Amino acid sequence: MNLLTMLQNGFNAVFRADALGLWIMLTGSLVGVACALVGVFLILRRMSMLGDAISHSVLPGIVVAFLFTGTRNIIPMLIGAGALGILTVFLTDVLNRQGKLQNDAAIGVTFTWLFALGVIMVSYYAGHVDLDLDCVLYGEILYSPFDTWTFFGLRMGPRSVWIMGSISIANLLFIVLGWKQLKLCTFDVGLAASMGFYVATWHYLLMGFVSMTTVAAFESVGAILVIAMLIVPANTAYLLTDRLWLMTLLAVVFGILSAILGYGLAAALNGSIAGAMAVISGILFVLAALFGPKHGILCKKLRIRSWRNNSRTQANLASIE
Amino acid sequence: MNTFVDTIPPIEVHDLTVAYHHLPVLWDIDVTFPQGKLIAIVGPNGAGKSTLLKAVMGLIPLASGYVRFYGKSSTKGAYNVAYVPQRGSVDWDFPTTAYDVVLMGRYGQLSLFGRPRRRDREIALDALNKVGMESYANRQISQLSGGQQQRVFLARALAQQTSVYLMDEPFAGVDAATERAIVTLLQDLRERGATVVAVHHDLQTVPEYFDDVLLLNLRAVAYGPVSEVFTSENLQKTYGGRLPMLTEVAEKLRRKEWSRRDETD
Amino acid sequence: MRLISISLYDMIEMLPAASAAMPDWLRFFTFQSPNVVYVLLGCMALGAGSGLIGCFSFLRKRSLIGDALAHAALPGVCMVFLLTGTKNPWVILAGASIACWVGALSIDAIVRYTRCKEDSALGMVLSVYFGLGILLLTYIQQRGDAAQSGLDNFLFGQAAAMVPRDVRVISLVSLLLIVAVVLAYKELKLMTFDPEYARAIGMPVRLLEVFLATLLVLAVAIGLQAVGVVLMAALLVTPAATARFWTHRLSIMLLLAALFGAMSGFIGAYVSYLGPKMPTGPWMVIAVTFVFLVSLLLAPQRGLLARWLRISRYRRKTLHENVLRTLYLLGEPDKDWQQLYSIDAMMKRRTFIPNTLAGVLSRLKKGGFVQEPVGGQFRLTESGILRAARLTRLHRLWEIYLTKKLELPSDHVHADAEEVEHIITPAMEVELAATLDYPEEDPHRKVVPAPVATAESSEDSQS
Repeated sequence: MNLLTMLQNGFNAVFRADALGLWIMLTGSLVGVACALVGVFLILRRMSMLGDAISHSVLPGIVVAFLFTGTRNIIPMLIGAGALGILTVFLTDVLNRQGKLQNDAAIGVTFTWLFALGVIMVSYYAGHVDLDLDCVLYGEILYSPFDTWTFFGLRMGPRSVWIMGSISIANLLFIVLGWKQLKLCTFDVGLAASMGFYVATWHYLLMGFVSMTTVAAFESVGAILVIAMLIVPANTAYLLTDRLWLMTLLAVVFGILSAILGYGLAAALNGSIAGAMAVISGILFVLAALFGPKHGILCKKLRIRSWRNNSRTQANLASIE
Repeated sequence: MNTFVDTIPPIEVHDLTVAYHHLPVLWDIDVTFPQGKLIAIVGPNGAGKSTLLKAVMGLIPLASGYVRFYGKSSTKGAYNVAYVPQRGSVDWDFPTTAYDVVLMGRYGQLSLFGRPRRRDREIALDALNKVGMESYANRQISQLSGGQQQRVFLARALAQQTSVYLMDEPFAGVDAATERAIVTLLQDLRERGATVVAVHHDLQTVPEYFDDVLLLNLRAVAYGPVSEVFTSENLQKTYGGRLPMLTEVAEKLRRKEWSRRDETD
Repeated sequence: MRLISISLYDMIEMLPAASAAMPDWLRFFTFQSPNVVYVLLGCMALGAGSGLIGCFSFLRKRSLIGDALAHAALPGVCMVFLLTGTKNPWVILAGASIACWVGALSIDAIVRYTRCKEDSALGMVLSVYFGLGILLLTYIQQRGDAAQSGLDNFLFGQAAAMVPRDVRVISLVSLLLIVAVVLAYKELKLMTFDPEYARAIGMPVRLLEVFLATLLVLAVAIGLQAVGVVLMAALLVTPAATARFWTHRLSIMLLLAALFGAMSGFIGAYVSYLGPKMPTGPWMVIAVTFVFLVSLLLAPQRGLLARWLRISRYRRKTLHENVLRTLYLLGEPDKDWQQLYSIDAMMKRRTFIPNTLAGVLSRLKKGGFVQEPVGGQFRLTESGILRAARLTRLHRLWEIYLTKKLELPSDHVHADAEEVEHIITPAMEVELAATLDYPEEDPHRKVVPAPVATAESSEDSQS
C-alpha cells in the first residue's frame, strides 16, 4: 500500500463515510465528550496519574461482573468497575496516610497489582469471559456497531452509542450541577473547606464519575486510550484559554476532533482506531503548544521579538529627536 | 462574678493545642478577640502564627481545646468567617480571572446547586472596586503582580460580607501604595464593627495599624492593647528566648506517637 | 555398607531419569534444562536491575516516570521492526531505548515550555506514545508479516519466549547497570538527596541526570520482554517502596530492592515454565506486591505491626504509671503509704475502667511495685513508692516549667503534665531541674519530691 492509497483511504473513511463509519465516529466522539467533561477537572487537580491508575485497576471489577452475570450487561460492569475505582482511590489514600508511603509510589503500587490481577483473571477464565487481552488495552470499537441493543423487540442501534451517550449526559449533569463546588475545591481547597463544602465527598464523586466513564469507554477504546481521551484534549484546551467554561467546551471539541480524524488515520493505515485517536489528540496538543495564541511557544517568541523591535525603534526614535 | 459580658465575643480560643505529625506546635493558646478591633498576631518564624489561624478556621485538627464564634462552635452557617490565606496556597495557573476569584467568595452563601445571582455579581464587582482592581476584572490571575493578587484575595474576603476576618500576612510582598490602600480598607471595616485578626510580619507598623496585638511563640506570650502589651520586655520574651526543653519534650512526644489527651485510661 | 554408599556422582547421574518422572512444578528446581536456567537467570537479573534503578526514581518522588517511559517504548519496538524486519535483541533494545529517550525528552519539554503540569506530561506521553505503538502494532499485524508474531509479547511480557540470545543481552545489560550504579554510587546518592548542594560543590548534575535517565531507559528496555510494557512500572516502583520499609540507608535499600526484584524475576520464570501461554508480567507484579504487603505489615520500625506494638506498649506503660501515681497521691497528704486502698478509693481519685484497673494492679503486683496484703486492698511497695515519687516529681517540674517559662495559667497545665511525665528521661530531668533552679514547690503549692536514686531510673531510660 503506498502513501497515496493510504491518504485516499483515510479521506474516504471520514468524508465519504458509510453507515458503519458514521456509527464508529459517533461512538468515538461520545467517548471524547464524556472523557473531556471530567478530564478537565482531573488535570486541574493534578490527578492525571490517578485517572491513569483507575483506568487500569477497574479491570478486575469488569471481569468479576462478567463472571457473575455471564453477560455483557453494562450495569453490573459499571457497578463492578465503579466499586473498583473507588477502591483504588481509597487504597492509595490508605497507603499514603497509614502506610506513610509517598503519593506517587502509592498510586504505582496499587494500580499495578490490581491490573495484574485482572490480566491473570482474563487469561485464566479465557473461555468463560468474553474479553481478550488485546481488547483490554485498545478496545474493539470496530465491532461495536454490530452489537445492537434490542429494547422490547425494537432495534435501537449500537449499544455502545447508548451507553456512551448516557454517560456523556450524566457527566454533563454532574459538572453543571456541581460546577461551583468542583471549581472551588480544585482552585482553593482551604476556602472551600472554610465555607463548609464537603471537599472529600466531591473528590470521591469526581473519581467515581471518572471510573464510570472509564468503564463505559473500556469496550470501545480500552484501558490505556481512555487516559488519552481523559487528559490530552483537556490539556490542549488548557493551553488555549483562561476561562474554565471555555476550556471545558474546547476540550469537548478536541475530543470529538480526535475521534473523527483518528478514524481517518486508522482507516489509512488499517490499524487500531483507538490508537489512532490517541495519536491525533497528541498532534492537536503539539499544535496548540506551538501555535496557541496566548501561551503557544512560537507566539511567545514572536511577541518577545516584536516587543524588542518596538523598544529598539522607540529607542532609536528617541535618540534621533 | 464577671463584671461585664454584654456582648458575646466574635472569637474565643480556649486552651488550643495543635500537633503537627504528633509534634506540638501550639501549646494551650487561650485568648478572646473582641468585636470591632484590628488585631495583629506577631512572632518569630515557626512560631505557629499561620497554624493558629488555620486551627481557628478548623482547617487543621486540634489536639485539644476549642474555638467559639459568637458562642457557636462552627464557622459554617450563620457566622461566616472570611479567611484570607497566604498567597502561595492556590493554583495560579488555574483558568480564572480576578473577577471570578472574587465571585467565589459568594459561594458560601449559595445553596448546593445554586448559581450566583445578579446581587452576588454586584457584590463581587463592588468588592473589586473597593480594592481598586476593577480594571483588572478580566485578567487571568497569574498575570497580576504580587500586590494585585493580594488585593484580589482581599476583595474575595470582602465579598463574603461577614464581620470576622482572619488574614495571613496581608501585607507580605506588597508595595507601599498597596499597603496604604489595604490599611484604609481595614480601618473602614473596623468602623463598621468588623473584627480583623491578621498575622503581621513588620513590627514597626504594628502600633500604627493595629489596636490589639497577640505575641505568639508556640504559646501566647501576651495579649492586649498595643499600648499596654507591645513592650520591649514582651518582645524580648517572644523573639529572644529559646525554649530548648520544650523542643526536646515535643520531639520525644512525637516519637512516642502521642495519643489524644481526652482518651480515658 | 554398599547399599548406602551412593556417592554424589551417582546422585547427579540419576537426576535426569528421576526428573523425568517428576511433576512439572518440582522439575523446575532440578535445573536440568539449560534453557530454563538461562531464562531464570535472565529474569532475575533484569528484576534486580530494575529494582536497583527504581530506587532513584522513587527517592526523587518520580516513581511513575518508569510507567510513562515503558509505554513510550512500544512505538520504538514496532518501528524498529518495521525498518529492519528482524527481532534481533540488540536491535529491539536500541529501538526501545531510543523511544524511551524521546519520551523522556518530551516529558521534559512539556513541563518546561508549556504550562502543563508534570502529572499531565507523564500521562500524555504515556497514552499518546502508547497509542502510536498500538497503531503501529496493529498495522504490522494486519500486514500479515509472519515474523511479527511475538511482538505483542511486549505488551504483557512472555519470559517463555526468550531465547538464549535474548537472555545474553539482558544479562549483559543488567550487569552493566549494576556496575554503573556501584561506580557512581556516591555521586548518585548526593544528587538524589540534595541536587542544589551537589551543584554548589561542582558536581556535573545535569550530566548525572542524563546518566541516570539512560540507566532507567536501559532497565526499562530490557525488562519489557519479561514483564511487558503495561506492567513494567511495578518492577521499578514496588521493590523500591518495599525496601524502604526495612531501612533508611541507601546502600541497604538498593541491595534489598535488587533482591526483591530478583525474587519477582524468579517467580516470573517459574510461572513461564509452568504455563508457557500465561503472560509472566502479571505474576511478577503479584509476587513483588505480595512481598510489599508483607513488608508493610511486618517490617520492624516502619511496619504497621511494629508501629501498633509501639503505641500499645506506650499506652500500657502510661496506664501502669498512672495507677502508681494514683496510689502515691492517695497517701501523700499524710505521707503515709502503708495505708491500704481499695479499687473504689482509687476510682474516686481518678477515672479508670474497673476491669482494666484490676488487671493493671495484678501486673504491678507481679512486677513488685504493688502489694495486696488483704484481698482487694492495695498499697505501694518500696520500689513502687520510689517510682511513683519520681513520676510525681516530673509531673510537678513540668507544671512549673509551663507556668514559669511559658507563663501559662496554673489551671491549664495539669493535663499537659499528665502526658509529659511519662516521657521525660533522667537526663532531661536533671536539665529541667537545673533550668528551673531546683524548685521545691509546684504552682499548686505541692512539694516536688526529691530526686530518686538511679536504681530504677535506668529502666525508665530505655523507654
